[in-house]
Parts: sequence; C-alpha cells; structure tokens
Amino acid sequence: MSNTLESYVNHLVSVITVDGRNIVGTLKGFDQAVNLIMDECHERVYSSHRGVEQVILGLYVVRGDNVALIGEVDEDLDTRLDLENIRAEPLNECKT
Amino acid sequence: MTTCGRRGESLHQTFIKMLFYSFFKSLIGKDVVVELKNDLSICGTLHSVDQYLNIKLTDINVTDTEKYPHMLSVKNCFIRGSVVRYVQLPVDEVDTQLLQDAARREAQQQRQ
Repeated sequence: MSNTLESYVNHLVSVITVDGRNIVGTLKGFDQAVNLIMDECHERVYSSHRGVEQVILGLYVVRGDNVALIGEVDEDLDTRLDLENIRAEPLNECKT
Repeated sequence: MTTCGRRGESLHQTFIKMLFYSFFKSLIGKDVVVELKNDLSICGTLHSVDQYLNIKLTDINVTDTEKYPHMLSVKNCFIRGSVVRYVQLPVDEVDTQLLQDAARREAQQQRQ
C-alpha cells in the first residue's frame, strides 16, 4: 500500500512539530520532503494550569524538517473535546 | 578511485535502507508501538511504510497514560521516519534469525 499523505488532503489534521507544538488545520498539499500547506490553522497550546489556548494562524507552509507527526483528526471526536478543561504539560521537543 | 568508492558506498546505503524497508513491509497489518524522539509512545496497526521509513499507523492510542491528551481526536497518523526512536515489535512477529542473517550479509558486502 503506497504510503503518502494523499488520503489526508482536504482533511483536518493535527501536526506535531519537532519543537513540541500542535498545529491543527486543513491539509492542502504536501511533497516528498513532507513540506506542508495547511489552511485555517490554529495552534493548540496546552498548559498544566489552564485550559487549551487556540491561537489563530491562517494559511501556513510548514517545512518538512520541522514535522514530527501528522494526525488525521476525527472531526466528530474533536468537536466533543472539552478543551477548556484539559490540563497537560506541553509536549517535549524531539531530542536526537 | 575516491569517486568510485563514494558512489559504491551510497549504493550500498540504498541497499541497507531497502533491508529495513522490506522488513517493515512484512509487518504491515501487525500491531506495533512507535516511540518518538519527543518521548511520545504510540500504539497502532502498521498501515504502510516508505523508503524514508516514514510510518503510517491506524487505530492508534497513546500508551504511557493519557499524560498526552494532545492526540485524543486522532485515530490515524503519519510519523516522519526522522523522529522515530524505537519501533517495538511483538516477539512472535519477527524472525530474528532471518533478520540477523540478512544484516550479516549486508555487513559482509560492505567490507568488500
């Protein structure tokens, strides 16, 4: 089965970057280097003492070097998330 | 002479990568745990792999308590090969003898 991101195009995705950030948006395009084009993005900032903060970003190009993981978001599950009441430490950065 | 050697080396490196690429392809459909360099551990079914050892998992769940709620609404994911620290495999799914023999053959070819 050919392993590409094609099945995620035009879907809502959650990208975890190597510095531990979580960017959620619609995947519009990608290439072999995993450079990404994401539309209507926002960053979800997790904190251990307050709820999740969503920072609106807009149309982004993310360089493949910085991508750790791309998750396909189940939009039903996502709308049911109670972001205000989630407490968590921010993700670690990737250490080589 | 130097140019030949370097080209031979990169050809050989392609073959080494093909070994693990082929190895992972044989594990498609099996359950694995991928530990990333940011300490995140994700359990899922291996859906596909590519030449860069990028991994696609389906039906994932994050192991190590839900200390990591960052992926609660994610069921499938694509993991960039460069951020993988370990891929944990169930013992019965791997023929370690076969793998060891194949790797030994690669190492011998490198010496030549």
